[in-house]
Amino acid sequence: MALKGIDIFKLTPKTNCKECGQPTCMAFGMKVAQGTAQIEQCPHMSEEALAKLGEATAPPMKSFKIGPADAELSLGGETVLFRHDKTFVSKTLFAVSADAAGTDAAIEAIKSVDYERIGERMSVEIVNLEYTGDSAAYTEAAKKAAASGKTVILSVSDEAAAKDALSAIKDSKPVLNGANPSNIAAFAALAKEFGVAIGVTADDIDTLYDAVQALEKEGLKDIIIDVGAASVKSAFANAVQIRRAAIKSGDHSFGYPSIVNIAKLAPGDASMQTALASLFILKYGSIVIMEGMSYAQALPLFGLRQNIFTDPQKPMTVETGIYPLNGATEDSICAVTVDFALTYFIVSGEIERSGVPVNLIIPDAGGYSVLTAWSAGKFSAGSIAAFIKESDIESKVKNRNLLIPGKVAVLKGELEENLPGWKIIVSPGEATSLVKFLKELQA
Amino acid sequence: MTFKPDPQTFASSIKEVSFGPEGAAVTFGGSNVLPFYAFDAPIAHKPLVGIEISDKGPDRELPALAAFYDGANTLSEIAARACTAPGADFLSLKLEGADPNGDNMPSDEAAALAKEVADASVLPLLVQGVDNVDKDAELLPKVAEALQGKNAILMSAKEENYKGIAVAAVTAYGQKIGAESAVDINLAKQLNVLIAQMGIQQGNYVMHLGNSAAGYGFEYLASTIERVKIAALSQNDDALQPPAVTPVAGDAWSVKESLVSEADFPEWGPREQRGIEMEISTAAACLASGSDAVILRHPSSVETIAKLIAELV
Repeated sequence: MALKGIDIFKLTPKTNCKECGQPTCMAFGMKVAQGTAQIEQCPHMSEEALAKLGEATAPPMKSFKIGPADAELSLGGETVLFRHDKTFVSKTLFAVSADAAGTDAAIEAIKSVDYERIGERMSVEIVNLEYTGDSAAYTEAAKKAAASGKTVILSVSDEAAAKDALSAIKDSKPVLNGANPSNIAAFAALAKEFGVAIGVTADDIDTLYDAVQALEKEGLKDIIIDVGAASVKSAFANAVQIRRAAIKSGDHSFGYPSIVNIAKLAPGDASMQTALASLFILKYGSIVIMEGMSYAQALPLFGLRQNIFTDPQKPMTVETGIYPLNGATEDSICAVTVDFALTYFIVSGEIERSGVPVNLIIPDAGGYSVLTAWSAGKFSAGSIAAFIKESDIESKVKNRNLLIPGKVAVLKGELEENLPGWKIIVSPGEATSLVKFLKELQA
Repeated sequence: MTFKPDPQTFASSIKEVSFGPEGAAVTFGGSNVLPFYAFDAPIAHKPLVGIEISDKGPDRELPALAAFYDGANTLSEIAARACTAPGADFLSLKLEGADPNGDNMPSDEAAALAKEVADASVLPLLVQGVDNVDKDAELLPKVAEALQGKNAILMSAKEENYKGIAVAAVTAYGQKIGAESAVDINLAKQLNVLIAQMGIQQGNYVMHLGNSAAGYGFEYLASTIERVKIAALSQNDDALQPPAVTPVAGDAWSVKESLVSEADFPEWGPREQRGIEMEISTAAACLASGSDAVILRHPSSVETIAKLIAELV
């Protein structure tokens, strides 16, 4: 629970020594409560007071990293239950599951879906290796998975097999996902020995709670809670109740990221896995394990994840430049809109639907929508004309017709002055009318 | 120490709405917990899945969709076939031909088509507007008249045209309406207040809070639906308590991922599967945010989402 300034003040030496940089201990307490000063800045706090404060000011959900040093993945650290309250910080990570025999195929399949969308690389981050009883084959598979550069989850509850695999790939910081109430001590020891995060599961939420506390008693900090695969209903109930306990009730023993094994919840049903992955992107899945990730699944899922884990303060933008759509050439008509990703996607989508070749020009408009950018002075006749000149569009495109958004029809006159030789055409106010408009324009 | 669950139940609940003719009506809404939080309290009615047809017929370039509608050629046959899709709770008709930016079919003709569909359908019917406030203002009252006794939902009563639609549909012909606003909690509330001021009682209208496909600014929609639900339940705000219907199909099938051909993007694979997964992902995310009903086009998507709902409720 968050402490008030007065509570922190009570723990200070109350000497007003000013060594922390604040005029009084009271002022210092207030600053710490606001988060603008750190408790360590006071050199005179007693051990006991520090411990008390540490407990009280600990974030509701632990955050840590997994995976190889050059491709570390962040987990946890969420502070809210709903994204309209504050940004979700650690995006849902996707894993594809394989057994030892299927490892090569899984790695190849993961590599075949790898693309960029609005400045973010879209690719499955993790290989989940299920243990099927052959320790030597499992260790070999673990080596291959680690060599692929992806993070590895070792889903194994056999101690000896886990130890062999961990010895082979410990440097790539895999997750040891296999602790349960019957092997807690041994698996805690393994996680400590190899310095890896540990995944824990149990048959029901009460035993799971006890199991997490047992791991905490062993001194483990990087814990991941596997919400189980008994049923979709129980996995969802666990995922929500665990996160809610951490964030809303401040129960630190459930303040850990989650694993949801969708491959086990809907085996053989790729579409159901898409549905479940979407559900758990919204509701508290930190790592989602799937049987596979085809392009048809990846396109909506990565897009959905990118949307949900955005900072509402920072608009998503597309790169500035000239985008030839529908096979546009230097003789095709030009159109201009803003760099706000949502606007770009809607406008480019409608243009693509029309089938009319268009050179879509995207200047820097601060990531705002058309009207907002215009009223902020970031999408003006001056800025559009300057962009067209600076990026040398006049030598790249011969066509001198430029469509402008209907919402900024007022720019027409000024643009004609700024861009001599160009014909400025005002488009409809709504993108939905673009298809008809473009077809008629072309006719 | 044992785990102490902290169930979050609310004193208020989402309003119930029933639609469809006597004997074949379905009811949705009514819940007093966040979406699928069955561990907090029992869920009153499961969310519904609608299957969408258009007066222009299905896209027969999609092999599985063409196979599903094989032999169904008239609009009545298409409607009857759609009702056989496993998991479909209601039928949704999009009167695409009446769009003034398209064929601009006269409203009387379009209303007659709606009647044909309603007569051929064994499921409750929802009719979607043409996304043009003037045309909808003329079309929907005629549809309401043609569908007397069908207890249908007529979507797309917007701030600009809700008065005429509400009076004709609800007061004169006993239909339900959908109050549509543009992805904003305040606009949604305002429209519901206006509709209530006309004397339209709760239970006679649903909300359409906007739509968008996964990857296309979907966070606005997800957060808007979520905020509406939380306000409806935790603040007992009855202007936000009608159930929310989200037509997913239109957006899901018109984004690039569902439109471009396999010839142009060979690595993406067949177009039909891309559209299906886009519908499924978007619908699942809408339901997780709080939609009480979703509308999908492909029978495969309908089946999967119905299965998801059945597993969770």
